[in-house]
Amino acid sequence: MNDESDTGPRFDQLTSQCGEWLRGSGPESDIVISSRIRLARNLADFPFIRRCTDHDRTAIESSLHNKLLQSDDLADLIYVDVGQLETVDRQFLVERQLISRELADSDGARSVAIDSREQFSLMVNEEDHLRIQLMKSGLDLDNAWKQINAIDDAIESRVKYAFDKRLGYLTACPTNVGTGMRVSVMLHLPALVITRQIDKVFRSLQKISLAVRGLYGEGSQAMGDFYQISNQITLGRSEVSLIEQVADVVPVLIEYERRARDFLVNESHNDLHDRVSRAYGILCTAQTISSEETMHLLSSVRMGVNLGLIDDLEIPTLNQLFIHTQPAHLQKIHGANLDTADRNAERAIYLRRHLGKGKRPDELENN
Amino acid sequence: MKCQNCEKPATFHITELTEEEPSELHLCEDHAREYLSTTEAFESEAPPSLAGAFAQQLKVGQTAEELARLDQQSCPVCGITFYEFRNHGRLGCPHDYIAFASELEPLLLNIHGETEHEGKQPIHHAPDEADGLELIRLRREMREAIESEEYEKASELRDLIRNIEGGQTPEN
Repeated sequence: MNDESDTGPRFDQLTSQCGEWLRGSGPESDIVISSRIRLARNLADFPFIRRCTDHDRTAIESSLHNKLLQSDDLADLIYVDVGQLETVDRQFLVERQLISRELADSDGARSVAIDSREQFSLMVNEEDHLRIQLMKSGLDLDNAWKQINAIDDAIESRVKYAFDKRLGYLTACPTNVGTGMRVSVMLHLPALVITRQIDKVFRSLQKISLAVRGLYGEGSQAMGDFYQISNQITLGRSEVSLIEQVADVVPVLIEYERRARDFLVNESHNDLHDRVSRAYGILCTAQTISSEETMHLLSSVRMGVNLGLIDDLEIPTLNQLFIHTQPAHLQKIHGANLDTADRNAERAIYLRRHLGKGKRPDELENN
Repeated sequence: MKCQNCEKPATFHITELTEEEPSELHLCEDHAREYLSTTEAFESEAPPSLAGAFAQQLKVGQTAEELARLDQQSCPVCGITFYEFRNHGRLGCPHDYIAFASELEPLLLNIHGETEHEGKQPIHHAPDEADGLELIRLRREMREAIESEEYEKASELRDLIRNIEGGQTPEN
């Protein structure tokens, strides 16, 4: 890993690649987009962020950066000084799920080290001194835990965490104390939304202490029918037991979504086929289109591909389009800052290029 | 103004926004407590957020005077007041869990349903935080000494800090 912040070629490398978790190769990936675990950790010899001076924050940042992130145990890391980034680059990392909105929007010394395959990221000076996050494609929580547990141990061999025998890992917010662990599974549930069963499902999840959030976490709308299910409790239950609680409920949700899809296929096949085809048609031909409309339509198309109603598209392409059509991604791909109107036009061009590919006259001639 | 349910003075003025038209309620402490406890139980069985847990704690036990006294308490290590924590929802240092233990315990119980950790522990470093807390405290005292232009005291503190930092596990 480099000593200097990678805002040059290695940062741009992120623009052209696609995270492993988006490849749609994991278990149940027609419905489960990703499994994510994050651990909140603090250094024992510094105040929590709220009481840190600028000097403290800089000392924490350089300590973690120099001492830990050069660890041989950790894979090839791309180091980014978040404070030095342009707004569009910070937004890009948020859209990519590599940093939180909180890290993007806060002030002072802060950074992120990103595994070059985008499987994990290490955020420094977020709400806690260190947030370790790991993402896997599909429903794969056991492997996610094995990997993140090993990363946590590797880091802990070099730093002293704030830990108390009775309360566990001590965190800035008492809602994270104990394991400091948040387990989230991101699901694509369009059929439950169409059949208006989604609220009922979520009310029952809340009763068993699970939280439901949108694509970009707390407070975000459930754009594109994506929902994150995660544990609320972090204290008094082991990591494995917290993972089991989430892992046990996901197959039930998958089953509900599959049943709702079957219902739509059997009871209103024409309506469903029409909805999916129109969505695909708009995405392939629109001249200007907003991010919200794109997410909404891509959601229908994604379900259509999974149900065999569209046969010339792959799920990884669609997963990637959900992320690459977000405002900052479009601007990075385009290579210039764009206002809303220009972004909407650029988004339409990008969609036509990636979705209409099989139908381009030159390609048709070749076939 | 009297409570709309009894003769006591109304000290709680609640605007209810869940109906189609906003409605005003003027209640004494007892009736307010009763009203709030029934509506919340009806609305949701979701586990509480930090703000919700605070609100609930206030309702079940503390009076305004008790809360005001609590708010003045501060952590001897980082200096954060309970008021600051309550307002921003973030603690100031690891020692706050001890400094505010009696206030945090019911809060933790409310949020997690438990008050004791189960699960992994650090394997390389023994969970002994004395040095860490000492460093946090000394660095704060040094900063305060500089701010009040007590440079001699500040330099003594700096030496103490360096001693402790030097005695910690060597970097590798």
